[in-house]
Amino acid sequence: MAFDVEIPVLTTTVEKMVNWARQGSIWPVTFGLACCAIEMMSMSASRYDIARFGAEVFRGSPRQSDLMIVAGRLSRKMAPALRRIYDQMPEPKWVISMGACASSGGVFDNYAIVQGVDQIVPVDVFVPGCPPRPESLIYGIMQLQKKIGQSKLVVKAG
Amino acid sequence: MDARSIIAALTPAVPGVELQPGSATDRPTVIVPREHLLATARALRERVSPRFDVLVEVTGVDRWPAEPRFEIVYHLVATGGPEKLRLKVLLAGDDPRVTSVQAVWPSANWLEREVWDLFGVVFEEHGDLRRILMPEDWEGHPLRKDYPVQISMKPKVYEPLQLTEREFQANIVADRDARGDQRRQER
Repeated sequence: MAFDVEIPVLTTTVEKMVNWARQGSIWPVTFGLACCAIEMMSMSASRYDIARFGAEVFRGSPRQSDLMIVAGRLSRKMAPALRRIYDQMPEPKWVISMGACASSGGVFDNYAIVQGVDQIVPVDVFVPGCPPRPESLIYGIMQLQKKIGQSKLVVKAG
Repeated sequence: MDARSIIAALTPAVPGVELQPGSATDRPTVIVPREHLLATARALRERVSPRFDVLVEVTGVDRWPAEPRFEIVYHLVATGGPEKLRLKVLLAGDDPRVTSVQAVWPSANWLEREVWDLFGVVFEEHGDLRRILMPEDWEGHPLRKDYPVQISMKPKVYEPLQLTEREFQANIVADRDARGDQRRQER
């Protein structure tokens, strides 16, 4: 017996499906360190509206977050706290290093500031700027989405 | 009120003190010998009119390599009048010690901790002279002029929890009990 109507079904792989879901619902942790955090807030507010990319739900708890945006300079005293927050986030998790200070220490070439947060946590995307405009950060999140879309669910041995 | 009239009012109140006016023009400045600091502070708080009852700021200046190396600067305000006053204590680089004024103005506690943390000036009889800005295990005093500012070292990544496991569990139980009580009351 043949169907004469089309059944509305798409076929795909589990991997593509999961990656699509993950990249469309990146929840950042509410975590701002310095002036970059102002741009981060601006990005999440209505004018730049990161909700268009599914990343507007800033969570107050690292237990519910996927993304840590390191927004601003990281002092040495703060570094263990940042690492603890990162460790508390469930897998899979990603990190964006926002701005010159987080990425390299920026103008703060001194004893108090960590010269790049990649010494503390593994960074996926570096966003340049001092501070980066909200558009730049949105572009960074889009790059991260691209990266998530290419990730593999199963890693083959060998 | 200028520095000279304050000195004239203070000198009889503090036996044996020799006060000198400072060169600042924005507000009266008095240079105090460090052995008379506490007595001068007490007199300013209790014996002169108006009384200087608020200590707004304690800070330091490092004049290295000049001597005397350190200036400790105290900013005072009289809430009973428009007067503001600056006290200065000059300290030699090989013996940076001064008496704490915490007994006179309790607000000196954290301010003096900050000066100790960043300049390494010891405040005697302070009672709680710990670091306040830098990490507790930090070495050196970063605002000294001979401190290597662009020093590079590995950042510390891990810090043990300040709570013990037992305290942590006790907190969770207490929180759960409190919520249970709240819910029962709502019913």
